[in-house]
Amino acid sequence: MSEQPSNDSVGQRCQITREDFICQRIEIQKLREGENLILGFSIGGGIDQDPGQNPFSEDKSDKGIYVTRITPGGPAEVAGLRIGDKIMQVNGWDMTMVTHDQARKKLTKKREDVVRLLITRKSLEEAVKHSKGSHPRQ
Amino acid sequence: MTSNYAFLSNEEFNALRWSSTVSWTQFVPWGGTRGGADPERRRGPTELRLSGREKVESEGGKIPEWTIWNKSDPHHLSPRCDSPTHHPLPAPSPPCSPASPLLRPPSSSASKIDSLRSKVDLLKLPLALSAKSISERKSQLGGAGERRSAGGGGGARTARSPPTRDMDNESQYSGYSYKSSHSRSSRKHRDRRERHRSKSRDSSSRGDKSVTIQTPGEPLLDAESTRGDDRDDNWGETTTVVTGTSEHSISNEDLTRVTKDLEESTPLECKRFIGPALGGCLSFFALITPLAFLILPQVLWRDALKPCGTPCEGLYVSLAFKLLVLLISSWALFLRPPRATLPRFFVFRCLLMVLVFLFVASYWLFYGVRVLEPKEEDYRGIVEYAASLVDALLFIQYLALVLLEVRHLQPAFCLKVVRSTDGASKFYNVGHLSIQRAAVWVLDRYYNDFSVYNPAVVNLPKSILSKKMTGFKVYSLDENTTNNSTGQSRAMIAAAARRRDNSHNEYYYEEAEMERRIRKRKARLVVAVEEAFTHIKRLHEDEAAASPKHPREVMDPREAAQAIFAPMARAMQKYLRTTRQQAFHSMESILTHLQFCITHNMTPKAFLERYLTPGPTMQYQQQSGRGRQWTLVSEDPVISGLRQGLVFSLRRLDFSLVVTVTPLPFLRLGEEFIDPKSHKFVMRLQSETSV
Repeated sequence: MSEQPSNDSVGQRCQITREDFICQRIEIQKLREGENLILGFSIGGGIDQDPGQNPFSEDKSDKGIYVTRITPGGPAEVAGLRIGDKIMQVNGWDMTMVTHDQARKKLTKKREDVVRLLITRKSLEEAVKHSKGSHPRQ
Repeated sequence: MTSNYAFLSNEEFNALRWSSTVSWTQFVPWGGTRGGADPERRRGPTELRLSGREKVESEGGKIPEWTIWNKSDPHHLSPRCDSPTHHPLPAPSPPCSPASPLLRPPSSSASKIDSLRSKVDLLKLPLALSAKSISERKSQLGGAGERRSAGGGGGARTARSPPTRDMDNESQYSGYSYKSSHSRSSRKHRDRRERHRSKSRDSSSRGDKSVTIQTPGEPLLDAESTRGDDRDDNWGETTTVVTGTSEHSISNEDLTRVTKDLEESTPLECKRFIGPALGGCLSFFALITPLAFLILPQVLWRDALKPCGTPCEGLYVSLAFKLLVLLISSWALFLRPPRATLPRFFVFRCLLMVLVFLFVASYWLFYGVRVLEPKEEDYRGIVEYAASLVDALLFIQYLALVLLEVRHLQPAFCLKVVRSTDGASKFYNVGHLSIQRAAVWVLDRYYNDFSVYNPAVVNLPKSILSKKMTGFKVYSLDENTTNNSTGQSRAMIAAAARRRDNSHNEYYYEEAEMERRIRKRKARLVVAVEEAFTHIKRLHEDEAAASPKHPREVMDPREAAQAIFAPMARAMQKYLRTTRQQAFHSMESILTHLQFCITHNMTPKAFLERYLTPGPTMQYQQQSGRGRQWTLVSEDPVISGLRQGLVFSLRRLDFSLVVTVTPLPFLRLGEEFIDPKSHKFVMRLQSETSV
């Protein structure tokens, strides 16, 4: 799978927990820095956290995992992850109903070199609508 | 019913108190022939009291054995019997009888003779102040005693021990009580003595051994009574050697005390009663006036008066009632003798009296002109006139009430009162008062809230302060010597300030040392008092009849207090000395307090609360009718009211109270309404992890 988000992967409809989202798949290669494998971004949120403090969520009761910071030039930025993305799945593991620590653990497994994220973004909706409008799908 | 007290019996006491080593502070039923108490005389730490009679006995080695024994009975058991004049007892108590057997010697008479012989041997020893230590003597005596009464019973041992101790007292330590502060050495000797004593004791003797106490305070009562007015501060320490003030001289302390008493007892001032007397006359005059208004026409021209019917009677009743109220309230406001004489007139009261006088006088004037002269016939009008006077007087009464009693209740100023000698300070809220009334108010509170002024507590001991200015000379090289003194003192002060001194160090350590000493003495005192109180038990009525086999001496509170006072006397005196309170508590007052506490079933802690903390000044006042003399020092006239920034002081002989006035702040109170449903809470957890 390519690292760049292709037009096909943008605007896919995902159905997670009976709700419709426009989601995107991103694959990030972990970078080895010394002892650690880093991904180059920070996450916030979780079911044990206060969702009202999340600046990126539309719905302030959303306890999902959000990307709060991206290291410039890091693997996540290269892969196309953007700040404010909500991570729905990591390598198939669900991220919508996990605690903060569980999310961190799923992302930082030492045996895995690659993480495949399913993310959703507020701006994806507009992008899809825009693309649909301008390029009507056949 | 008078309460009776009884001592615990020997067995009970021994069961309670006996330990493997005999402690030095052990003491027991005083005057105790409770079934054969041993006359072993145990003195407290002072223990070196030598009464004249004892000395005679002990010196007389020529006196035959049996008479020694018999003679020593009364002194060993109850010195009180020898001085019946000082403590009048209701009846000679049984312990006084010398005929009662002092020992219950379980062994044969041979051992008794042995014991007595050993006693005589002891008495034959020289009494000089020799350098022999106690231990040496004890071993000497102990060896002799043990050899003698090897087969003897307990009685022998116990008989031997008192002479041992007496010997030690008489020979070695007659000067001991001077060095009361050298507790370490005393304890050392005490321990050595105890060890010897406990070693040489047979275990079988413990059962029937009981110790009687010789109250160290008792003999000194004789000395005190003969001295008369001289108050003896050393009542806890027993010493026969005169410390420097003979019986007929008067010490400095007593001098100041006498002068103070003299100045306290000023002759009864008649000025105190002028105010109430004047007020009384005026109010009498004012009360009589309406009655006079009513009676005069009746007397003078009765026939010409028009009769008035029921309205008049109603007016009569109301008049009578109002006059009664006026009578009572004028008594309450004007006639009660005040508790304080003020330096100037009490302005409000004077104003009110003047007002009343003017009022009544003007009413009389009108009456004279309008009624008496033309011989007015309308009686009803006259009655109404009198009623209006009484109404007006009632309103003046109301005004007086407000001005004198109510106005100063609403707080308006905050007074800060500081005592000049030791900085004790308090804050009070008062209303609008004149300076002199505020001074009286403050003094009322002073007697309750401030701890008593103790002149013995100085700020810094001189030893620390005096080091600064010594050994420093200033020479002036100028020709003119006009400004010599100020320049010199200033130079000295500057040099002293620059000089490095460690007096703060010494002050710190001195404070710590004093603190430690006080705590030590306090601990001893508390323990002594607690132990003393365990010897007293309240005797219930049914108990007296129920136990015929334990004949106990029944005492009233005064005797009981005296009995248990002895063991705690020394500890108490030492504690009072350390905290410098000895001037406030005489032995008599302590005994009275102890009696009071016993009567009311108080615990030792309740007894001690009076001595452990210096109480308010009121506690130490003697009830005298003369009153206390205070001087009000103020820059403003004393009848002016309080206002911000005013300072006045109340001076007494040796200290003064400085009072500063500040107004109370004006409070602006706002309102905020909180809906009870608005209390909501959320969790505050937010973390960000970089992966």
